[in-house]
Amino acid sequence: MSPLPPPISSAAPLEVGETWRRLHPLSPIVRFGRVLIGVLVIAVPSIAEQPALHRDGGFPISFVVYLGLLVLGGIGGIISWLVTRWRIAEGNLQIETGFIRRQSLRIPLARIQAVDVISPLSGRFLGLAEVRVVSAGRGAEHGRLAYLTAAQAPVVRARLLALAHGLEVSTPEPAALPLLHVQNGLLLPALLMRSQVLGPILIAIAAVAAIAAAPVVGAGALGSAITVLVISGLGVARAFNEDFDFAISEAGDGVRLDRGLLQRRHETIPYGRIQAVRLVEPLFWRAFGWARLEVDVARQSVSREADRDAQQVARTLIPVASREQALWLLARVMPDAYPDPPPGAGPPSRARLKAPLSFHFLAAWFGQRYVYARTGRVQRSTIIVPLVKVQSVRLKSGPLQRAFRVATVDVDTAGRRWQASARCRDEHEAVETVRHISERARLSRRVPPPRPANPVPVPAAG
Amino acid sequence: MSTAVTGQIIDAGELKRLSPRFWLARQTELALFWGAVLIVSLVVVLIVHVSAAGLLPVVVALIAVVAWLVERGRYRSWGYAEREDDLIVTRGLMFRHVSVVPYGRMQFIDVTAGPIDRAFGLATVQLHTAAAATDARIPGLVRADADALRDRLALVGGAKATGL
Repeated sequence: MSPLPPPISSAAPLEVGETWRRLHPLSPIVRFGRVLIGVLVIAVPSIAEQPALHRDGGFPISFVVYLGLLVLGGIGGIISWLVTRWRIAEGNLQIETGFIRRQSLRIPLARIQAVDVISPLSGRFLGLAEVRVVSAGRGAEHGRLAYLTAAQAPVVRARLLALAHGLEVSTPEPAALPLLHVQNGLLLPALLMRSQVLGPILIAIAAVAAIAAAPVVGAGALGSAITVLVISGLGVARAFNEDFDFAISEAGDGVRLDRGLLQRRHETIPYGRIQAVRLVEPLFWRAFGWARLEVDVARQSVSREADRDAQQVARTLIPVASREQALWLLARVMPDAYPDPPPGAGPPSRARLKAPLSFHFLAAWFGQRYVYARTGRVQRSTIIVPLVKVQSVRLKSGPLQRAFRVATVDVDTAGRRWQASARCRDEHEAVETVRHISERARLSRRVPPPRPANPVPVPAAG
Repeated sequence: MSTAVTGQIIDAGELKRLSPRFWLARQTELALFWGAVLIVSLVVVLIVHVSAAGLLPVVVALIAVVAWLVERGRYRSWGYAEREDDLIVTRGLMFRHVSVVPYGRMQFIDVTAGPIDRAFGLATVQLHTAAAATDARIPGLVRADADALRDRLALVGGAKATGL
């Protein structure tokens, strides 16, 4: 057992000094709130199911056990708060925690890539927020300061960012330029308009119609359609909760995302970390001219359970927007990217037999700075990868592909979600593509592309 | 066995092939495995007194021959080339792969050797980039060659390193 840190005042005015600081005294309550909910979820049904035990006189055993768990959890939370301290010193953000196994975290300020502020629901009631530090490099640690006061969190964030960029400690956070804001009145219908929701509804309607003709088949189909509908309904609710009141703005170091209904998040995606962007146009959205943009950012593989939460990175750049707005936003993040295929970007017509479903939208092409790959039939998605981010290029051809004289070119990035995969390319073209992409990737790494200084006006919602 | 397609990315002559010792090692592995299977099948024939069981060792032997042919094709399909800015690795008989990895993208390089590889003085050089999908692996290099390749790659990798 290691000694407790010396007493520290957590109410002292925030100064970035070498002094150790403690997290907010109410933090255990916010953390404890989650334990409480977890125990209640397990305890209530199990106590309710065993009424026999209750009539034995005295307290039911299970009740005592759960109460004990709660007390232990509470004490654990308080001890964890007591032994946790942090400071910014020696060019590091230092976090020390752990009672039995002491853990000392040193995050070099120079390697900080993004600092996010997250306010969970319980924290918002108490005026608390969490500061989450994402740093670069293989095996890099991610730091969490949970929780600080809602007023402190942005200050700490600004200081960390200033120090990370080698500026004066007191430099305020760079002003963010608002880019787009998603109306909640648009978000909800857009989420409901996705094929995961509309598909089962259509099937359910068809099933109801079919019940008259074939009752057993119709009822079965209706049942499964409703099950699917419930699952996708939960997905819609989650997406709505996460992307509620979505605002994207631009600062010097990256794009800022503000979003969330219950849990508010204030996140930064540094430009440098964006490995790929995907423009997604689901079937029913195309009728309205809607689209959404998703990003893939570089990160380490998740190993520890505790890190998984900290590794949660923004995935959505804009949950829904008119296609013009999405393209405009894309141009902000990736200047000069244009995600519509030039003539001749499609696969050779003989590939129609090889990929009958996806053939319609299948396309791949590359320009001076980006590689594009479009795929999908129901949901058209176009992946855009900057040549600067290309890690390796691979050519694949299987026996069936050779019979059709086509090949696949995969372009790998450090992202974890997608790779740009140019499928069903003519064999000779594929070879040329590999050669050109590796050549251009090599050249574009030497000259970093410029970034436009001022954005052009936002196109009106379509 | 450089295909026409591979040959256009890089001349077949430029590709370095694996050491013949690698083929010996693979054949040893094959012999050990299929030898064991053959022995088991012979034991089965001796125990089970059914006339059709006599075919079993023949079938096993045939499969072993096919496996040997496939393995030979695979061995011949391997190739790699160190170009000015990138490393090219080709592999695969049925599913052909050509990987191009720029030196600047390498994060680290592994040299590994299993028991059979060690017995034959061989090693595998594996390149890692930030992309999980990168699969540039060169098996069956003579140990000294593997170390030399690793050192050369580390050198050019360091000189041309670019961040994410």
